[in-house]
Amino acid sequence: MWGSCTAELAKLVRRPANWFMLGIAVVLGLTFTYLLPLAGAAGATSGAPGTDRGLAATMPENLVGNSIGGLPVFLGAILLVLGVLAVGTEYGWGTWKTVLTQGPSRLTVYSGKLCALAVATLSVVLTSFATGAITSAVIASSEGEPLNWPSIGALLTGIGAGWLIGMTWAVLGAALAIAMRGVALPIGLGLVWLLVVQNLLFGVAAPLLDWVNTLQLALPGANAGSLAASLGASDGAPGIGELVGVSQATLVMAGYLAAFAGLGAWLLRRRDVL
Amino acid sequence: MNIPVDTDELTKRYGEHLAVDRMNLTVLPGEIYGFLGPNGAGKTTTLRMLLGLVRPTSGEVRLFGGPPGDLDGVGALIESPGFYPYLSGADNLKVLARYSGTDPLRVGEVLAMVDLADRGKDRYSTYSLGMKQRLGVAAALLKDPRLLILDEPTNGLDPAGMADMRVLIRRLGAEGCTVLLSSHLLGEVQQICDRVGVVSHGRLIAENTVAELRGGTVLHIEADELVRAADLAKRWIGDENVRVSGTGLDLIVEPDRVSWLNRELVTEGIAVRELHLRERDLEQVFFELTGEVAGHVG
Repeated sequence: MWGSCTAELAKLVRRPANWFMLGIAVVLGLTFTYLLPLAGAAGATSGAPGTDRGLAATMPENLVGNSIGGLPVFLGAILLVLGVLAVGTEYGWGTWKTVLTQGPSRLTVYSGKLCALAVATLSVVLTSFATGAITSAVIASSEGEPLNWPSIGALLTGIGAGWLIGMTWAVLGAALAIAMRGVALPIGLGLVWLLVVQNLLFGVAAPLLDWVNTLQLALPGANAGSLAASLGASDGAPGIGELVGVSQATLVMAGYLAAFAGLGAWLLRRRDVL
Repeated sequence: MNIPVDTDELTKRYGEHLAVDRMNLTVLPGEIYGFLGPNGAGKTTTLRMLLGLVRPTSGEVRLFGGPPGDLDGVGALIESPGFYPYLSGADNLKVLARYSGTDPLRVGEVLAMVDLADRGKDRYSTYSLGMKQRLGVAAALLKDPRLLILDEPTNGLDPAGMADMRVLIRRLGAEGCTVLLSSHLLGEVQQICDRVGVVSHGRLIAENTVAELRGGTVLHIEADELVRAADLAKRWIGDENVRVSGTGLDLIVEPDRVSWLNRELVTEGIAVRELHLRERDLEQVFFELTGEVAGHVG
C-alpha cells in the first residue's frame, strides 16, 4: 500500500499537467476572491461577480471563507479533472496492465491513488490558504488595516472542510474515470454536472420547484456550498449558500466521498483489465 | 513441485464468443515454452487470465501453485508496452519498482540487459517502437522473475534487436528462468523454444517439443503437370500427406520410398525436375494444425 502510494505521488508530482492545474486554481482563486473585490472597491463597475463585496471581504479575518469559497464549484471542477486524470489516463496509456503485472492488487493500486489524491487535494487547499494569506496581508498592510487572523482552530476547521469538499470531487472524478474507462467522457460529464446542472438546480430550478429544492439538499453541491458558507464563504460566489446545517453538510459530504470511493473500488475490482 | 503455469479447463466467454475454450496449459520449470496461434486464437486472453487481468468464465489458473493474481516471482509483457509518456524510461521503471517493492538499483541493471542504458534518461514519449518494446521487457525483468510471460516481445524490433532478444531469452532460460513466449514468428519460436503449444479458436490443439511437432522429413518434388502429380501422389500415399508448396509438392513419405515414388511418377509420364528430402519447419506444421492456409491440394 505504501509503495503504491509513493508511486502514485511520484507520478502526480512529475506530471506537468497537474502543476498547470494548480497554477490555474491559484489564479482563479485569487482573481475571484481578491482581485475582483479590489477592483470593485477601486470603482470598477463591470458587474462581474464579487466586485460588490467590498474591501473588508479581502481582509485576513475572512481567510477561511475566502480560501474554501471556490471549492464547491470552480476549484472543485479542477479537482474533479485531477481525479479523472489520475485514474483515467491509465486506461488510455495502457498502464493498468503494466502496473498490475508488477504484483500489487487492484485495490492496493486504487488505495495508492486515493492516498495520492488526498495529498494533492490537501496541497491545493493549503496553497489556496497560503496564497490567500499572503494576498490579504499585502492588501491589509497597504490599506493600513490591522492583521486580524482567524484562530488556529478556525483555520484547521477550514482546511479540513476544504479538504473534504475537494476530496469528494477528486474521488468522484476517479470513480467516473473507472466507470467510463477513460478521460474525455468523465471530464465532460463531470464538468457538465458541476458547472451546469448543479448551478441550474441551485439557482434556477430550486426557487421555482419545491421538490427540486428538497432534492438538492441531498446532493453534494448544495452540501458543499452549505459547508463552505457555514465557515464564512461569501454567498455571492457560485454554489455557496447555507441550505443545511454544518453537521448535516459534513456528514453528507463524507457519505458521498465514501460512496464514490466504494463505487470506484467495486468497479475496478470486478471488471477485466483490457 | 510447484509448476510455473498450470491451467485446468480454463475458459473465457465474451457473450456468444468463446475466446478460450477449456485450455489445459502446463509450463514446466526452466523451460522456454512457445505459445503459438493465429490472430484472435485466444493467446493474449489466456495470458491475461494467467496474470489476473481477466477473470476466467470457468476453470482454474495456478502460477507456482498459487492463486490467480499472486504474481510473486512473475514478470510479464502483455501486447504493446504501456508507460507514462511524461516520464523517462528509467523513471517509469523506478515508479514500477515502487509498486513491486523492488530495489531501485535494479532499474539500471534491467536497462542494461535490454540495451537501453544510454537512453534511460530520455522521455518515454521520444522512444522508437523498438525501444518501447525493449523497455516493456525491462519492466518484465524488474522483479528478477522465476517466470517470464512475454507476449510478442520482438514486435517493432529491427533484425539486430530481434536477435538480441532471442539471445536474452535463451540466456534467461539457461539461468533457470521459465519463459512463456507468445509469438507469431515461427522461426523465432523454433529457434529458442523447448516446447510449443498451438492454439486455434481458443483451444490448445497440439503441445509437444519442437522436434516432435516437426516430425520427420518432407520430400519436395518439382514436376510438370503438378495437379495430376498431386492427384496421383494422394492416391498412393494419402490426401493428408500431400501439400502444395510453392511451385512443387511437399510429401510426407518414408525416405526408403523416395525412389519408388519417383519411378511411379515417371512411369505415369510426369517429368520430375527436382526431388529432395528436407526437414519440415514449424511453419508448415503450424499451418497444417490450424488450417490457416488452404495449402492442401484440392
